[in-house]
Amino acid sequence: MVFENTGEVIQAEGVLKREGCEVRVMGPPPEIQSGCDLVIEFSLIERLNILRTLEKEGVPPLQMVPVTGPLLQPVDIFHIKDFGEYLMVRAANMKLTVEKATGMIVNVSGGGCPDVPYLASAMVGQSLADAPSPRKIGHTLCGYSLQLAYEEARRRCLV
Amino acid sequence: MLGIAGTIPMEDVPLLTGRLTMADGDILIEGRRIPVNRGTSALIGAAVKTSEVLGTPQPFGYIVGDIGRGVGSRHLYKHLVDTFAEFTFHTFTFHYLQPIVHWHNRLQQVIDGMGKRPVLIADAGFMYVAKMSGHAPMYDLFTPDVGELAFLADEMAPHPFYTRGFILHEENRVPDLIARAYEHNNAARLLLVKGEKDRLADREGILCEVDGPVEGAMEAIGGTGDTLTGIVSALICSGMDMNEAAVVAMKTNRRAGAYSRPTPATQVIDIIRHIPRALEDTLG
Repeated sequence: MVFENTGEVIQAEGVLKREGCEVRVMGPPPEIQSGCDLVIEFSLIERLNILRTLEKEGVPPLQMVPVTGPLLQPVDIFHIKDFGEYLMVRAANMKLTVEKATGMIVNVSGGGCPDVPYLASAMVGQSLADAPSPRKIGHTLCGYSLQLAYEEARRRCLV
Repeated sequence: MLGIAGTIPMEDVPLLTGRLTMADGDILIEGRRIPVNRGTSALIGAAVKTSEVLGTPQPFGYIVGDIGRGVGSRHLYKHLVDTFAEFTFHTFTFHYLQPIVHWHNRLQQVIDGMGKRPVLIADAGFMYVAKMSGHAPMYDLFTPDVGELAFLADEMAPHPFYTRGFILHEENRVPDLIARAYEHNNAARLLLVKGEKDRLADREGILCEVDGPVEGAMEAIGGTGDTLTGIVSALICSGMDMNEAAVVAMKTNRRAGAYSRPTPATQVIDIIRHIPRALEDTLG
């Protein structure tokens, strides 16, 4: 499924996972890449159910494209750096650093899409528990990478 | 003169064009005050401070608000496509823009048609789209960090988010990643790679390395790559040889970081404040 922008992909993924649909966020096939892109991969057998769910939530896909070859996989490797009082989590090109004692986000680095400085200004100085999630206010692949780093930091720091 | 194009994370800021200065830690353009955060504002802050020390004209900016929806970026791309052929900049740095291949390619056609083109520097989202479009070699300098270098080295990845796992973002693999980026024509004429060691490289390999002062916390601080790009842009625009400018920039950025006595919680504005002293020390 191809959407208008990355923000809609992120929103649609959340809706479908909440409904128990088995979907994966992937890279688009080369013939439809335009820039900062994500698509949602799903099983054709679930087509009607998925379409109905997304239309109900107001995020219908622009198009559905059958693919035969493998799609690009988003990065799924995390790098952790321990600075003593601080922990840095990196996912792809995005890094999130947290003060361990307070859970406060002290820095966001890496990335190059325009929502990165926006996300940094919204998240730095907030605690992991209270900070807005990049999934909700981000729009690009860098924002999506930061979401992965944010989830990993929460998993490690908010026990 | 140095031209800088990029976005700032404020949705309501229209396209602003004009001389860039700084006052009280903020950037000033067209009478508007923009706080220095990471991203293009950090690059501008570093370039302005560098120009002040060198006594060269202040940079000229093409700045627009964009929080990731791409609306401001599209506006800026269009303005550049419409006006770039008339530019007489010595150096032009492209920075945080939404990577949009068809807009990049329209701009590339304009630049290809110029009789005398500026020195072209790309970083951040614009570097991503330059590589994604297959036109990386038309640029004179890219300034990736090690993670972004892995993306340049992965000929299949359209964005760092898709860098394949076997192309590890490891510091000790930097020479291999540089070679691979050039092998697939996904690098600019020069690469300035920010990492534990900063490195300048071209198609033949690593030209020089700068490894001190060492401040491990710099990796966590958002904007320290942007300041490096800002410093090297202003140095190149001053007429300094590009290789020498890269070395001076690497040393100055690391010194400015060290002078700020950084922790992982340090903000980039605290480093920018130390650029004048760091540059003066580097230039001797």
